[in-house]
Amino acid sequence: MAAKLVLMVNGSPTTEYPLTKERMTIGRKPHNDIVIDNLAVSGEHAAIVTILHDSFLEDLDSTNGLEVNGARSKKHFLQNNDVIEIGKHKLKYLNDQVTQMTSAEFERTMVVRSSVNQPAQSAVKPVQPASMNVTQTQLSKLLDDEGQATGRYMAQAAPIPTPTMPASPHGGGTTQPVAAFVAPAKISTAGVSAAIQILSGANAGKELDLVKNLTTLGKPGVQVAVLTRRPHGFFITHVEGATFPLVNGQTLANQARQLNDHDVIELAGVKMEFYFKG
Amino acid sequence: MGISTSLEIVSQTHSGMVRTHNEDSVGCESACGLVVLADGMGGYNAGEVASGIAVSVVTSEISQRLQTANLIDRDEVSGEELAVVLLRESVQKANLSIFHAAHSKPQYTGMGTTIVAGIFYDNRVAVAHVGDSRMYRLRGDVLETITHDHSLLQEQIDAGIISVTDARSSQNKNLVTRAVGIDAKVTAEVHVHDVLVGDLYLFCSDGLNDMVEDQDIQSVLYAMQSNLPLAADQLVQMANDNGGRDNVSVILVRAKAEFASPRGWFAKLLSYIR
Repeated sequence: MAAKLVLMVNGSPTTEYPLTKERMTIGRKPHNDIVIDNLAVSGEHAAIVTILHDSFLEDLDSTNGLEVNGARSKKHFLQNNDVIEIGKHKLKYLNDQVTQMTSAEFERTMVVRSSVNQPAQSAVKPVQPASMNVTQTQLSKLLDDEGQATGRYMAQAAPIPTPTMPASPHGGGTTQPVAAFVAPAKISTAGVSAAIQILSGANAGKELDLVKNLTTLGKPGVQVAVLTRRPHGFFITHVEGATFPLVNGQTLANQARQLNDHDVIELAGVKMEFYFKG
Repeated sequence: MGISTSLEIVSQTHSGMVRTHNEDSVGCESACGLVVLADGMGGYNAGEVASGIAVSVVTSEISQRLQTANLIDRDEVSGEELAVVLLRESVQKANLSIFHAAHSKPQYTGMGTTIVAGIFYDNRVAVAHVGDSRMYRLRGDVLETITHDHSLLQEQIDAGIISVTDARSSQNKNLVTRAVGIDAKVTAEVHVHDVLVGDLYLFCSDGLNDMVEDQDIQSVLYAMQSNLPLAADQLVQMANDNGGRDNVSVILVRAKAEFASPRGWFAKLLSYIR
């Protein structure tokens, strides 16, 4: 399914515009792909460039500009459900690929070919992309060129035999259990916060919030342990040093150990307490 | 000092949390300072076959040639160092093996693989890559991506069409523009970089860098550089904790000491006497 724009009038969808072309323009004049006949809209107001599954919105130096989700924008990488505002007209961007693409099948790596990557001579030096130093003014032209180039990728990618996108064993569509597995890529402890408080030594009383996924404790070269945040909790692991840290008086084994609320860690002679916040 | 005592090398590969097959392959030849990582693609088990061929052809080809040749010798025709020539030629050999295998059995049709391979020699590393498998370098506390992906997304980033930040949410992540075994010929991109003592090199498949932010990769490598097996486990675990949608493989190489190659007959003699 191609992505599409839906023109909203008073909050309800009216016309749908599938983004089937590499480049589609929005404007007041009749030659645009999406025509909005209103004086607040410039003749050629904006363009949407679609490269495979990604779409980009670009302001074509319009008089009144663009807003995306309420923020002014000259150029924007569109995400599913984004709302584009041109004057008082609203266009909603819908990309069904977002849900489809999470199935394992779609994430299989595929090869696309472009002439750029197949140097004719064998003695060619490593290929550097021709367009490494692109200035702002060249940008829209590049979009055009790249748009055409993409057509080539698609056209040539098509004859690649299906085994690059195997039908099985993941060919079952949306009912397969993996789909549920795939969706939440975020760490579920993200909302849970924890901290350690130093109990002894010069820094006694100090608190350290465990905001990062990995926090290092100790002194490199002497004794180091790390606290890692994982989906199911916080863990302590010994990294280096002849002495292993103690948790509640017990020497840590070689593998990671999950921390419980109010566990006392002893490391390089310093005691500290782990606890959950809030 | 010999290359094998100057480097510490560990590797780890895991099928991830979603896939049943592991289509990645890794190979390390510490005696000649060579590491190879490949991420295969294709139906059924063709992905494993492709990446397996790539790793075994490149490692056996290079270790065999090194019995009689020196990596700093210059190629008579191109004037390039042998390290560069060997990498390029062995990747091309692997390419032909995979290409022919793919055309000999219907279940292997269209199989291919990405590859990243590094040879450490003479206080340098020559790195060859095809596709989106990467080499990173941690020097001090700075993590840098050394290889430049052959992918549609990277081309778009280079052209200024999409920002690096936006690229993380792109739907076009899995499209590589070059792969080993798809065509009769492939050009590996090969570069040589200076190595400093203390540098830590990470070779990985996209199953790592698609699932784990560079910032988190940096903090793991920095915090755990004194314990490489733990660092490798931690990277794989983070990819899996974040969803583990793809196979994930990592090779870590740390430069513990200098490894200059003896040059000329006099230097060789000198290193003999010492």
